[in-house]
Amino acid sequence: MSECQVTLIPDGPALIRGADRIRDADGVTHEATRPVVAVCLCGLTQRPPWCDATHKVAVKP
Amino acid sequence: MELPQARGALSATLSDALRDGTPDLSSVEPDDEEDLHLSLWMLYELHYRGFDGVDDAREWDPDLLTVRARLEGRFESDLRAACRPIVELADARGSVPDQLAAITAYDVGVSLPNFVQREASADQYLEFLAQRSLYHLKESDPAAWAVPRLEGPAKVALAELQYDEYGGGRPERLHSRLFAEAMEACRLDASYGAYVDRVPAYTLAVNNAMSLFGLHRRLRGAAMGHLAAFEMTSSLPCRRYLQGAERLGLGEPVGHYFDEHVEADAVHEHLAARGICGALVEAEPQLRPDVLFGAAACVHLDAVAAQQMLDAWADGRSALRVVRDREVA
Repeated sequence: MSECQVTLIPDGPALIRGADRIRDADGVTHEATRPVVAVCLCGLTQRPPWCDATHKVAVKP
Repeated sequence: MELPQARGALSATLSDALRDGTPDLSSVEPDDEEDLHLSLWMLYELHYRGFDGVDDAREWDPDLLTVRARLEGRFESDLRAACRPIVELADARGSVPDQLAAITAYDVGVSLPNFVQREASADQYLEFLAQRSLYHLKESDPAAWAVPRLEGPAKVALAELQYDEYGGGRPERLHSRLFAEAMEACRLDASYGAYVDRVPAYTLAVNNAMSLFGLHRRLRGAAMGHLAAFEMTSSLPCRRYLQGAERLGLGEPVGHYFDEHVEADAVHEHLAARGICGALVEAEPQLRPDVLFGAAACVHLDAVAAQQMLDAWADGRSALRVVRDREVA
């Protein structure tokens, strides 16, 4: 398996380079169709597992 | 593409000069903003796809470049003045991504995305697409000029972003092609530059700013700041444009274009803010003010365009110019 690079964005998603597939918490596999994908870490996205920038309009605790 | 219809003394003389090279442009001033921005747009277009019946060699005609420089000087100084208050939203000691976030949070109190999502009629949505087509049919091209002007990590990040914009190795995923398919699904003319005669100066200005920044190496910081702001203000609005298209039943390709940008730009905004602008300012700290200026220019010109379109619609008018012989939709 080739190596993936993960970059955590403060208050944002994880940017993942080099992944073909992302497996979510339920074990469902999602195909990564672009060279870099952003995976939601805040849980607010409307299109999991991908970030849709909803974190920017979320009220911070 | 055909030469656009003239909007004043300068664009008329410029059209003649491009066709046969005879008139002297040195003493012709633009009549107004429409004439200025159309003339500048025509001069820039020589660097992209050119015009039918105009010799490609005119791209580097010294007389035309002299006129271009005069118009650019005026545009750039006006733009810098208008952007100053927006740049001041950024904390002078903040990191580049934080400064860009502060600038792109600029709120003018009008929201084109909200209107398009909830209220726009189908005709208004088509006008919105026609206005946007001037850029989206050459999506990412202005930022591509910056590639040979950057080095190291900033260059790599820009190439990574552009690769995705340009389809990631698949022609059918070129973003400009996705936009053309969206236009065709709405029976709009998807040929390059088809709506230039219909778009007002404010939309030409949005495009001219990108060309100004992209074509001048000295403005590479502004080009990348603009790109970052563009990407940072795209993902959430694209979701609203998608919902507007679904509400109006405009067809799958329209939804697909904006759907693609919800996810793509949620990635690109970080590539641009951190990978490109952060790395660029680290390598060339003197570029920081221009990075912020470029971001502010994106936000400012978009806000002006949004306000003008919403004002036109609120008055029951079309947001497009009326011209002879050409109809939208």
